[in-house]
Amino acid sequence: MSIIVSAKDLNLYYGAFQALIDVCLDIPEKEITALIGPSGCGKSTFLKTLNRMNDLIPGVKITGELTYHGENIYNGGLDVTVLRKNIGMVFQKPNPFPMSIYDNIAYGPRLHGKLKKAALDDLVERSLKGAVLWDEVKDRLKKSAMGLSGGQQQRLCIARALSVEPDVLLMDEPTSALDPASTAKIEDLMSELKKNYTVVIVTHNMQQAARISDRTAFFLVGVLVEVGQTNDVFSIPRDKRTEDYISGRFG
Amino acid sequence: MKAKAAVERIMGSVFFVCGMVTIVAVLGITAYLIISGIPAIREIGLVDFLFGQVWQSTASEPLFGIMPFILTSVYGTLGACLIGVPVGLMTAVFLAKVASPKVAAVVNTAVELLAGIPSVVYGLIGMIVLVPAVMRFFQLKNGTSLFAAIIVLAVMILPSIISVARTALVSVPGEYEEASFALGATKMETIFRVSIPAAKSGIAAGIVLGIGRAIGEAMAVMMVAGNVANMPELFKSVSFLTTAITKEMAYAPTGSLRQQALFSIALVLYVFIMLINTILNAFLKRREKP
Ligand SMILES: Nc1ncnc2c1ncn2[C@@H]1O[C@H](COP(=O)(O)OP(=O)(O)O)[C@@H](O)[C@H]1O
Ligand SMILES: [Mg+2]
Repeated sequence: MSIIVSAKDLNLYYGAFQALIDVCLDIPEKEITALIGPSGCGKSTFLKTLNRMNDLIPGVKITGELTYHGENIYNGGLDVTVLRKNIGMVFQKPNPFPMSIYDNIAYGPRLHGKLKKAALDDLVERSLKGAVLWDEVKDRLKKSAMGLSGGQQQRLCIARALSVEPDVLLMDEPTSALDPASTAKIEDLMSELKKNYTVVIVTHNMQQAARISDRTAFFLVGVLVEVGQTNDVFSIPRDKRTEDYISGRFG
Repeated sequence: MKAKAAVERIMGSVFFVCGMVTIVAVLGITAYLIISGIPAIREIGLVDFLFGQVWQSTASEPLFGIMPFILTSVYGTLGACLIGVPVGLMTAVFLAKVASPKVAAVVNTAVELLAGIPSVVYGLIGMIVLVPAVMRFFQLKNGTSLFAAIIVLAVMILPSIISVARTALVSVPGEYEEASFALGATKMETIFRVSIPAAKSGIAAGIVLGIGRAIGEAMAVMMVAGNVANMPELFKSVSFLTTAITKEMAYAPTGSLRQQALFSIALVLYVFIMLINTILNAFLKRREKP
């Protein structure tokens, strides 16, 4: 397996507060890596370093090395828009644009180049199929995305992320705002996605991590405590703190 | 206990009476305008009045066609929007999305001051600075013109557009913009493709508010437009619906057809304003819904 994203001694500060401490983590290609840990331990922060969404927050300082396909993500010359096209993101709360379903999906492709209508139609269809939403919305593509259910909206957001043909997908607790049925659909979708994409998912839900991920990384107050094959982390944790967490003793 | 209940009841009626004052004022004005505006229209004929192209109220065979005023008011307002809307919208975007908080505070103060300047001051500066400048720049005999009025109105409607559009832009949920950035959009792409469309009904409300202000403005326009009942041309002296009334009211004999025709102009203006308010309310209602 090849490593697509790699963090070495990564530190991140929000002003004076250090949110990530010497994090070293390799993310293998076409696998699902789950980031778990109690609230406030830095999971979202780490995820957002990967597509540089932290750039939008004033006062953030980052040291250490973070590479994508061997290239330093925080290299001054790197084009952030290209990075974000390649490393897509799905947020905790479904956040479709207040536009039609079609325009939501076409938004990204339209940014990155002019496509003929037929090609765009095709891309929209493929993206929606990729997120297993096509059958539910194919007759109402021109209708507002705000009329979809929460679960459909989240799959729309996944389809939107797929529309720019990324190779990594970052997901920040994508099911925490959804009901169990919608959650199950998205979990099924995830095992489909890993055939073509590298997925990094933050989850609050340990059963979810156990069910869907290949590797699990456990964070605690900014420190990466343990990372390994999901089965190993859950059955024979090496660190006492991991064991306490997964057995529900805190968090 | 009893005293308290009495105070409650008295205060209740005081609020009620105050509320009624507004309603009575609106109904009274409406009724008065209709009653005093109808006779001249009857006498002149609705079509001749609205579509007549000549206004000669003092001729021995007087003509009362208000098309010149209607068109001037419409063109003047559109012209003001043509300049004021892009500038106002860009300023609102700058304040809401681009400027640092310090710079935004300074610009905001300027916008508030602009809103507070009395229209006579706009007119005065227009008259003393703008009109001569227009005359020299375009080599006209006379700088008082539709063009000068448009410039003054464009500046006057800026504050309404800016403050309403800014509020709408600020309240666009950050998640939309985050989603756009995460797809690889730049800041400008995000502003133009997500933030502005998401704020469009609020922005439209600001524009309609500006239109209302422009069409109802009399004083500033009076001082720069020349007040001649010409069919509108950019560099000709013109008269707006508002200024047609203010200019002649003092000279029209009480009860004369001329005076009644001025009331009819006021009625036409009132209908315009009502239309604009209805549109504005529609936009505001739409914005309340998610
Ligand atoms: N924009 C920010 N400014 C300052 N501190 C922040 C910011 N975002 C997160 N933090 C802090 O960083 C820590 C990690 O946050 P986060 O990465 O959101 O945790 P998690 O996703 O694991 O719940 C928390 O202590 C949080 O309060
Ligand atoms: Mg989080």
